[in-house]
Amino acid sequence: MKRIYVNEQWCLGCHLCEYECMYANSGLDEMFKLKGKAGKDILPRIYVEGGEKSPIHFAVNCRHCSGTACVNGCIAGALTKNDDGMVVIDKDKCVGCFTCVLLCPFGAIMPAADGKAAQKCMLCTDNIKGEPNCVKYCPNNAIVYEERE
Amino acid sequence: MKYLLIGNSTAAIACIEAIRTLDKQGEITVLSKEEQFCYGRPTISYCLAGLTDREHMNYRPLDFYEKMGVSVHLGVSAESIDADKKQVKASDGKKYSYDKLLVSTGSRPFVPFAEGLDKVKNAFTFMSYDDMEALDKALSPEKEVVVIGAGLIGLKCVEGIFDRVKKVTVVDLATRVMPSVTEEESAAMIQSFLEKKGVEFVLGDCAASYTENSVTLKSGKTLSFDILVTAAGVRANTSLIADIGGKVNRGILVNTRQQTSIPDIYAAGDCTEGYDSSIGADRVLALMPNAYLQGKTAGLNMAGGDSEYKDAIPLNAVGFFGLHMLSAGVYEGEIIKVKDENKLKLLFVKDNVLKGFILINDFLRAGIYTSLVRGKTPLDGVDFDMLVEAPQLLAFPAEARAAKLSRRA
Repeated sequence: MKRIYVNEQWCLGCHLCEYECMYANSGLDEMFKLKGKAGKDILPRIYVEGGEKSPIHFAVNCRHCSGTACVNGCIAGALTKNDDGMVVIDKDKCVGCFTCVLLCPFGAIMPAADGKAAQKCMLCTDNIKGEPNCVKYCPNNAIVYEERE
Repeated sequence: MKYLLIGNSTAAIACIEAIRTLDKQGEITVLSKEEQFCYGRPTISYCLAGLTDREHMNYRPLDFYEKMGVSVHLGVSAESIDADKKQVKASDGKKYSYDKLLVSTGSRPFVPFAEGLDKVKNAFTFMSYDDMEALDKALSPEKEVVVIGAGLIGLKCVEGIFDRVKKVTVVDLATRVMPSVTEEESAAMIQSFLEKKGVEFVLGDCAASYTENSVTLKSGKTLSFDILVTAAGVRANTSLIADIGGKVNRGILVNTRQQTSIPDIYAAGDCTEGYDSSIGADRVLALMPNAYLQGKTAGLNMAGGDSEYKDAIPLNAVGFFGLHMLSAGVYEGEIIKVKDENKLKLLFVKDNVLKGFILINDFLRAGIYTSLVRGKTPLDGVDFDMLVEAPQLLAFPAEARAAKLSRRA
């Protein structure tokens, strides 16, 4: 199955993927409408590591890994691995205990903006984009969506 | 192959899921003392608080047993094991035979004896769905509640009921809240937050005697109540194994393959005492992630696989009224402290490894810290200053980082 991978040698740390992620999951019809909302009312599910002075940058989002520490530890049964191998969160079941945040070795699951439930990358299958928006608009191929196994 | 599972909570569910990765055909039977479909046990406090509801508390989808090909007997408890005949006698009068048996019987509330306790009419414990339902019916806005126990269960119960009653007072013999997962500073921060919210605490004191509507403490102080909740700790349900001469300490003793001392009998979850890698010795680690991984390990081995669970560590994520505390490992060694007004980060470093941490309201990406604790990663091989600032993969050497990001971990 196709997954998101990063090519850190091409990542400039522009954070565009974070905005594309927020836009994809916002339901807004224009990206500029994120103004004033981004990072406050809506948070990205992908996170670019490396500050302004860092020579290295790369984006991290859910690896849909085989260890599934988040799924194993979820107290509510809100996290599952579906038949396609994608780790899915049911936010209606999530109680916001953040055991998953404590367990994810990648730091790839985080509280949603309201603080009441966790959120994570579901490869844009849960919004109208249908395919990873971060990958689609990365100008440098620093994030790719491909089959590797 | 005939698998029999006693218990229907996290460890049992994990065992079922693991068995089915190796054995699609074997017959799996579950005996569950509780009558409910498997539910997320810790969600009972959230349900009382209205943060979830009964329709969303199922731990697995409603077609889980059917899809997994499991025959589940709800409301049927196991009464005794005959290890020679490989049979379990159950409360429905039937005998269930097995090739491989899982004991995942969990734990029960410990209610310390005090004179007059039997006279208290509105006395509750807080561990199960039935406990939740009973307490739910008793709550009303004019009532005063005393909770015995300021541990995780007691304080989650407080969160669950606080907005539905007039007053909640928490009593604990310990001098700080959640003594098993906090140290002084983190405990003080949580206590003060809860006190500002209106929760009252009487610490370093315990119940000496009860009347129908009051408790007199050792100090002589008397508290009146309409509802009493006892959450003074739990005891592992070990009797099924102890009764047949299996090794039992504070829990059913298991090895890292989750085998008990009796052939073909495995145990997992809160009823067990197994290897805790953070202290290098056996102890009861009654925590949900641990229950899952123990159950999974048991299931794989029961189905003919070869699996060991060697890196169990204490792990807790707990929240009250918007405050969150995440912690892991043990609190030994040098303390690195980062404190802000309502945030606290404590990292415990010893012998070049991160032994444990406590994070209050500053917990984003905490799992990166957990992976360091669990993996006993040498800190001279990572950029630890960077990690103190914030958990991040950038602090790992390029090769380790690439391995993590390749999603094989």
